[in-house]
Amino acid sequence: MQSNPQLNANGELRHLLSIEGLPREVLLSILDTAASFVGVTEREVKKVPILRGKSVFNLFFEPSTRTRTTFEIAAKRLSADVINLNIAASSQTKGESLLDTVANLSAMQADVFVVRHASSGAPFLIAQHVKPHEHVINAGDGRHAHPTQGLLDLYTIRHYKRDFSRLTVAVVGDVLHSRVARSLIHGLTTLGTPEVRVIGPQTLLPTGVESLGVRVFHDMREGLRGADVAVMLRLQSERMRGALLPSAQEYFKHYGLTAEKLALARPDAIVMHPGPMNRGVEIDSTVADGPHSVILPQVTFGIAVRMAVMSMVAGTS
Amino acid sequence: MKPLPDAEKLCAGLVAELKPLVGPNTAMIGLYTGGVWLAERLHAELGLAEPLGTMDIAFYRDDYHKQGLARDPKRTRIPFTVEGRDLLLVDDVLYTGRTVRAAMNELFDYGRPARISLVVLADRGGRELPICAQHCGAKVDVPADMRLRLRRGDDGKLRLELERAE
Amino acid sequence: MKILIRSGRVVDPASGRDAVGDVAIADGRICESLAGEPERVIDARGLVVAPGLIDLSARLREPGYEHKATLESEMDAAVAGGVTSLACPPDTDPPLDEPGLVDMLRRRAKALSRARVYPVGALTVQLAGERLTEMAELAEAGCVAFSQANSPLSDTQVLWRALQYAATFGFPVWLRAEDYCLARGGVAHDGEVATRLGLPGIPAFAETIALGALLELVRASGARLHVCRLSSAGAVQLMRAAKAEGLPVSCDVGAHYVHLSDMDLGYFDSHCRLTPPLRSQRDRQALSAGLADGTIDCMCSDHTPVDEDQKQLPFSEAEPGATGLELLLPLALKWGEQRNLPLARTLARITSDPARILGVQSGRLATGAPADVVVFDPRAPVRISAGMLRSQGKNTPFLGYELEGRVRYTLVAGKPVYESV
Repeated sequence: MQSNPQLNANGELRHLLSIEGLPREVLLSILDTAASFVGVTEREVKKVPILRGKSVFNLFFEPSTRTRTTFEIAAKRLSADVINLNIAASSQTKGESLLDTVANLSAMQADVFVVRHASSGAPFLIAQHVKPHEHVINAGDGRHAHPTQGLLDLYTIRHYKRDFSRLTVAVVGDVLHSRVARSLIHGLTTLGTPEVRVIGPQTLLPTGVESLGVRVFHDMREGLRGADVAVMLRLQSERMRGALLPSAQEYFKHYGLTAEKLALARPDAIVMHPGPMNRGVEIDSTVADGPHSVILPQVTFGIAVRMAVMSMVAGTS
Repeated sequence: MKPLPDAEKLCAGLVAELKPLVGPNTAMIGLYTGGVWLAERLHAELGLAEPLGTMDIAFYRDDYHKQGLARDPKRTRIPFTVEGRDLLLVDDVLYTGRTVRAAMNELFDYGRPARISLVVLADRGGRELPICAQHCGAKVDVPADMRLRLRRGDDGKLRLELERAE
Repeated sequence: MKILIRSGRVVDPASGRDAVGDVAIADGRICESLAGEPERVIDARGLVVAPGLIDLSARLREPGYEHKATLESEMDAAVAGGVTSLACPPDTDPPLDEPGLVDMLRRRAKALSRARVYPVGALTVQLAGERLTEMAELAEAGCVAFSQANSPLSDTQVLWRALQYAATFGFPVWLRAEDYCLARGGVAHDGEVATRLGLPGIPAFAETIALGALLELVRASGARLHVCRLSSAGAVQLMRAAKAEGLPVSCDVGAHYVHLSDMDLGYFDSHCRLTPPLRSQRDRQALSAGLADGTIDCMCSDHTPVDEDQKQLPFSEAEPGATGLELLLPLALKWGEQRNLPLARTLARITSDPARILGVQSGRLATGAPADVVVFDPRAPVRISAGMLRSQGKNTPFLGYELEGRVRYTLVAGKPVYESV
């Protein structure tokens, strides 16, 4: 299983499993296609007929309302039929294996599987076993990757900043557990971003994170100095229990984004957050609702990006 | 084989033909890529009030299942209301008619026009759908293994070219 | 039965012999020469004649895990791999903590008349790490050593007592060094690969911290310790120092670990989900060098048959383990070749050295020794596939690979138990 499972023999996108391993041209192609779909989302009839007759199965082994909803909206705007499966509730608890679940759905004429799973690598396993006309889109696997989120983050940055080759981007927070961070970092480095920084306490940064091509900062003020983009990661409450952090208060004091800390970044810096936000933990309300924040546009771009990804993979043979 | 007609002359001919027919309700949409070049020229010379619309039919093609999504689709921009409009739909070459069919489907997702007139620089025959052009520069014979394309030089001059189809 | 193995390249690591010659067998033992005509002649021209392989860790999955493998299939696999003696860990179901279970296992194995089986008994009851087992009773039933297999023994006080008790009787204790808390939840080596793949990691210091503690307890108790399945460069260094100090310690490495590193996980290949995890290239190189210079005494297969269903799962959910009895010889040969070692040294690591740790007479071709012999073609290609493996465990990272070293004959106690063309 050594060749890149995402691309077919012609180098076209057959599945979207991770940003890592995607050539630069494919990444840019996705962003450009997404731009066309933004146009569709802005007009009154928000549908195009491209996936008419195709079935998109949302296989969410980890519960998620917002991501699943955006995939559903994206698929419906492409005129696809959408079936939502909350596996957590049903067959998994009966002990059915992941591959058996997929095989059963495949027998129901699926074209695209959108998969979210708690175990890193699950979508790769599925992609190895689907039929030639079936396509897998990773909606988040464990800590490993969340490629559509990474793509919409890249799209957002490109929308506001245009040229990656001049940017300093800071990713702040729980990088250790974040698939969003990993995907974004891979995308930024592939697109030639000269300075990608991660900011957080040592307990929240994975071993050897520099090997991803980032500079490590433990001091948030230093890390934000001169930054063009600040991406705030969500801090889950379980982290306090795992002896990774003592309290949300202490975390906010040193790693929460406030107007005062943001002032160290460039005056035209943008603030991003994959959502959902913990106000007062990783980000101050005034900043979240302030002029630097592009958190809401991220959501709109997310639909166009997912439309682009779905129409690109579903069209390869 | 007969030489290809002069695109500049055909363009001038279309302008002359269309001038008496345009009014305050007329708007124009060009289809990427050759149709947009032609439309930009026509739009300027006809002095239309509404800005030019540009359209990419990538999401409405009927061959998605065979060819997949076209690389780098451009963005459709229609900076006027379609509802009740007299539309001039502009493309460079009319062939099977499938592009125009897709363009009309897309257009109707923006609204219901009063009428659509198709304007093309060249008609090479070979229709596979019941589509015809209301305004056509010239009929051109093209061998089946060749493609007829409109090109725009650095000086802005338009010319027709033949190239081998893949 | 009188057997003559003729004209092979006879390699006996224990004596240093490496020359073309004959090996004579009578009454189940190696002898100087045969009185009278042999009843069977094995033509070993172009082949290597060596002591039968001795594998310090091979799971036979009985009792309790018969859906994964059975004694029959795994003993077939052993002799097909040239393994004539193997030690099996106590992690059966129920674990080998009762003399009755050990006795039954030995009888079953003996009845099959293939490889010799040396059970390793549980160090604590149910391997739960709380109460000591009746080690003396278990030893009498046939256990050669005591172990926790892959079950943790996190109460250091209990660990100390267990070592003291074993030392009282001179019983060897075989333990894998891993700090339970640091390893908890981890599925891969904590390093750049795990970071990229988003897998929870087990740092190398989970091994070295535990090993340091074990060595201190050896100093305090005088217990004979064999450290199982070294996985890190740091552990090799600690063992080197411990041996220099004169502590009664030995150690082994799994055959996979001198060939593979965490880079081989690729796109989450669950065949590379192993316990301990495959670590970095640097660790792999240190293990390979440590095995060459003798810091690591021997190589074992750590044979662990896992049914395919348990591997066709996301990496962190897959069951760890790889099949290995039939790969031990080719993987050892490949390692020796890569390090440019004389064949005798390579073979020592899977014959005379494990024999020394096991405390048995086989593992050498000396006159009077048990006639456990393997005859193999060192250059013959072996393509690893589910079809050619006799073990019920088809789970190996080497599926589809072509290795070299094909067993032609395996003899146990002077009786041919495996032959191939």
